[in-house]
Amino acid sequence: MADSSTIMGLHQEEEHHPELLHHFAEAEQQRDAASLGMWVFLATEVMFFGGMFCAYLIYRHWYFGDFAAASKSIDAKLGGTNTAVLICSSLTVVLAVWAAQTARKTLLIAMLAITMLLGLAFLGIKGKEYKDKFEEHHVPGASFSFEHVPIPGHAGEYANPRHAQIFFSLYFVMTGIHALHMIVGLGIFSWLFAMAWKGRFTPEYNTPVEISGLYWHFVDIIWIYLFPLLYLIDRHP
Amino acid sequence: MTEHSKSSPLKLYFGIWATLLLFTFITYEAATIDLGPFNAPVALGIATLKATLVALFFMHVWHASEKLTKLVVVSALFFLLLLLGLTMADYATRPWS
Repeated sequence: MADSSTIMGLHQEEEHHPELLHHFAEAEQQRDAASLGMWVFLATEVMFFGGMFCAYLIYRHWYFGDFAAASKSIDAKLGGTNTAVLICSSLTVVLAVWAAQTARKTLLIAMLAITMLLGLAFLGIKGKEYKDKFEEHHVPGASFSFEHVPIPGHAGEYANPRHAQIFFSLYFVMTGIHALHMIVGLGIFSWLFAMAWKGRFTPEYNTPVEISGLYWHFVDIIWIYLFPLLYLIDRHP
Repeated sequence: MTEHSKSSPLKLYFGIWATLLLFTFITYEAATIDLGPFNAPVALGIATLKATLVALFFMHVWHASEKLTKLVVVSALFFLLLLLGLTMADYATRPWS
């Protein structure tokens, strides 16, 4: 330990990586700090989405029948497809991180490109879903209409449009904020793509790919919960 | 284990991917069956299983070199459960009074 400073000095002299910032002792420490920073950000995101999930749970508890009726009006096939699309994009992200760590530049670029295509596909399917909701007058506001929609499992009972409107408000806010995260993710991945194209990522330096991957997976996890909560409340005939 | 998984984790990644797709299909089909009071627990249980797989293997929490990472994950979940648990403990028990 006595000559650790000497060793550190030599270390920096010998193999100072251009991406290693001067306030970090070594690349490993810089990587861990960046990764921890992303995890702390994701913890704040858990709280951010947690508030919306909490509001959802309270209203679902109060107006379960109305929520079930409103949920049934959404195309679960589109939601299910989007779940599969995001899961596939999570695979391509994890392959991109692996490609960066193992110096496979072509694979890295391909995986980043496929990830972005899948992200765009997700947003396209989401757009189709929103379009349907607009046409059915299921968007909360002055033209909202949800008259005579039966409550599943309760013959002769109809959903209260005011309560259904709360479901659709939560649906649009939660999927909308999630879609916003997807758009931000696409921006980050475009930047990663450009950096990867220039050959900036090496087995020694690939932290941006790794922590952007963490963000992408987190957005996937949010969707994994949104799918059953919004699309699959009470689907049985 | 770490050395091995670093050399070729591809089998693991594709395995997790296939499992996630399978559980998406299961949760979709399970929603069309009336399980009575177990509808929500089954749907949320499958979602939690999927989220755990993504976090452990795609986000590498399982092999995280930093213990701090695990601490952040656990504390985020703890405070989320505190928020949801205490709120629902209130709302769900109001009809009792």
